[in-house]
Amino acid sequence: MKGFAAKASARAAGGAVRVFLLLAGLFWLLPTVGLLLSSLRSPSDIAASGWWRVFTAPAQLTTENYTRLLANDTITGSLLSTVLITVPATLLVLLIGSLAGYAFAWLEFPGRDWWFLGVVALLVVPVQVALVPVSKLFGAVGLFETTAGVVLFHTAFGLPFAIFLLRNFFAEIPRELLEAARLDGAGEIRLFTRVVLPLGGPAIASLGIFQFLWVWNDMLIALIFADSQSPPITVALQQQVRQFGNNVDVLAPGAFVSMVVPLVVFFAFQRQFASGVMAGAVK
Amino acid sequence: MPRITGRSRAVAAGFLLPALLLLGALVVYPIGYSVRRSLFDRSGGTFVGLDNYLALVTDDSLRTAVRNNLVWLVVAPAVATALGLIFAVLTERVRWGTAFKLVVFMPMAISMLAAGIIFRLVYEQDPDRGVANAVWVGVHDTFAEASGFPRARPLPVHPLKAAGGGAYETRTPVRAGVPVLLPLVGVAPGRMPKDARPAHAPATADGQITGTAWLDFTRGGGGKPNAVDPGELGLKGLRIEAVRDGKVVAAATAAADGSFALPADRADGAVLRLPASNFREQYDGVEWLGPSLVTPAVIGAYVWMWAGFAMVLIGAGLAAVPRELLEAARVDGANEWQVFRRITVPLLAPVLVVVLVTLMINVLKVFDLVFVIAPGSAQDDANVLALQLYRSSFGTDADLGVGSAIAVVLLLLVLPVMVVNIRRIRRESRR
Repeated sequence: MKGFAAKASARAAGGAVRVFLLLAGLFWLLPTVGLLLSSLRSPSDIAASGWWRVFTAPAQLTTENYTRLLANDTITGSLLSTVLITVPATLLVLLIGSLAGYAFAWLEFPGRDWWFLGVVALLVVPVQVALVPVSKLFGAVGLFETTAGVVLFHTAFGLPFAIFLLRNFFAEIPRELLEAARLDGAGEIRLFTRVVLPLGGPAIASLGIFQFLWVWNDMLIALIFADSQSPPITVALQQQVRQFGNNVDVLAPGAFVSMVVPLVVFFAFQRQFASGVMAGAVK
Repeated sequence: MPRITGRSRAVAAGFLLPALLLLGALVVYPIGYSVRRSLFDRSGGTFVGLDNYLALVTDDSLRTAVRNNLVWLVVAPAVATALGLIFAVLTERVRWGTAFKLVVFMPMAISMLAAGIIFRLVYEQDPDRGVANAVWVGVHDTFAEASGFPRARPLPVHPLKAAGGGAYETRTPVRAGVPVLLPLVGVAPGRMPKDARPAHAPATADGQITGTAWLDFTRGGGGKPNAVDPGELGLKGLRIEAVRDGKVVAAATAAADGSFALPADRADGAVLRLPASNFREQYDGVEWLGPSLVTPAVIGAYVWMWAGFAMVLIGAGLAAVPRELLEAARVDGANEWQVFRRITVPLLAPVLVVVLVTLMINVLKVFDLVFVIAPGSAQDDANVLALQLYRSSFGTDADLGVGSAIAVVLLLLVLPVMVVNIRRIRRESRR
């Protein structure tokens, strides 16, 4: 009898858990669904009623906002700017970070451990500290409001974490592998490209995804350092937000377009992304 | 043991040079610059000591930023971590836990700007457009009846006078056998009840005080004021109270043609009052992005983005908790809450600390969400340090001294974490 009561109460608790999670899931999903459905309604429908009306009037759905958006040179140009910033900033961090990570893991030079501690110390430095000084510095050397400047800034602030992660990963490479390659007469550069980089694949992939999303999604650094004539998508949309209210037909599809790449990367590489996020805790 | 080493320092220098150059020029040098600059005034020419730091506690708008940042620091990481913990523990018990985790983790992948736009839509004031207010008003109207005739009012010359608080009452007491006319104007035709019918002049009835409440307005003109003209509609649902000596002695509700009747034995000699509830503005929901709620509203958006982070980290920690321990406790008669409270949470404590600290560092620097979600008019009320730093450094009224002081404060606040990180690495490398 007692067993039955316990089972019944356990079942009730299981039901409560399911209802709670279902509601929470709905709560998490709804804002994004709202954005998507808003982006698929005409400006007059958006002005007249909420996105949930499409459930009773599915005929409202239209892709005309997207057609108009993709014909808008400012938006397509800003998407290109985003790519032109994100790809180099990611590749540079991977290249420079793995060079340094290898040096810290396997090369011997005076004060190595102290230098590495210095890099670890920089892990938590907020980008805000560098905004004013670097804008002055870039101004002096002609990098202010250039794509190269934004790329360099992102690279510099991505490096501490990249070096930290890759050094730890490279340090796990079995010594015998490196020794064998050395006996075959490989130099440091060959050793790096032929042995270390291929073995570091998982860590490099995880880091690459993390850095890619970080740079793609950045707004603050681009707001200050990017060329105001061809800003990345986040800045282009931010300028639109100031007139929020009568331009939802631009903002909603624009935000969605800017989210597509991160979401594809996220769904395709969930595991690497999660491990990158975890390694980046306390950054 | 022989170690694989570079043949020369030159090789090591070659591998490290690009990284050290970038870090030196764009991370280390700026720290020195900011510290120095924070001790000088707006123009940068005069040394002012710690004045810029003092401004953080004396200047009003800076103080708002500091105070808001404290609210953020206390509330946002705690709420996100608590939700992450609850989600991580509960998703282990349902079959679709993975799908749920994906949904909650997803906002981590998108930009704060996109999240900001998403929540601008959610928080739109108009309940017909913003989902937050749509739900809120829906709940509100279930408990508080919507009023019938907002903005309705008597004409300048009429048998009614304002009674304070938005109510109206008759100028003279009503008498049995004398029908009462209650004309109002100011109701848009579209807002009249669908089933309102044309009113007609009130008839007398024995033992009753009768009258008509109607919309004294003939479309296209031609109607006479204070007289029931053909085609003028009754104010269906209007509440009418008979008041004597400040007490309601009887009440009635107007029918579809505007007619109403009150028992003469109670209402005779009383004045008729149209209570304010008839005219209350339609409830428009909460002003989420107004001065008082804007910070909690933006924190809500932040929690939406970062609870998934907490959930994934805590979930990974949970996977390492030995199941036998939980089972043993259950066998010993502990209920689920006790297992959670006494075993799961203590075992997860190190992970919880990491999550909390990470989120706190993150919250210190929160900028994009506030910048995007708070409308221009509410940005002063929603201000945080990173936003103020941006304004002080790049705004129209720039003061690089204050901007640099804020930057240094942010750096000082993360210093303890920096020390912990360094200690951990030294301990690990000694092993």
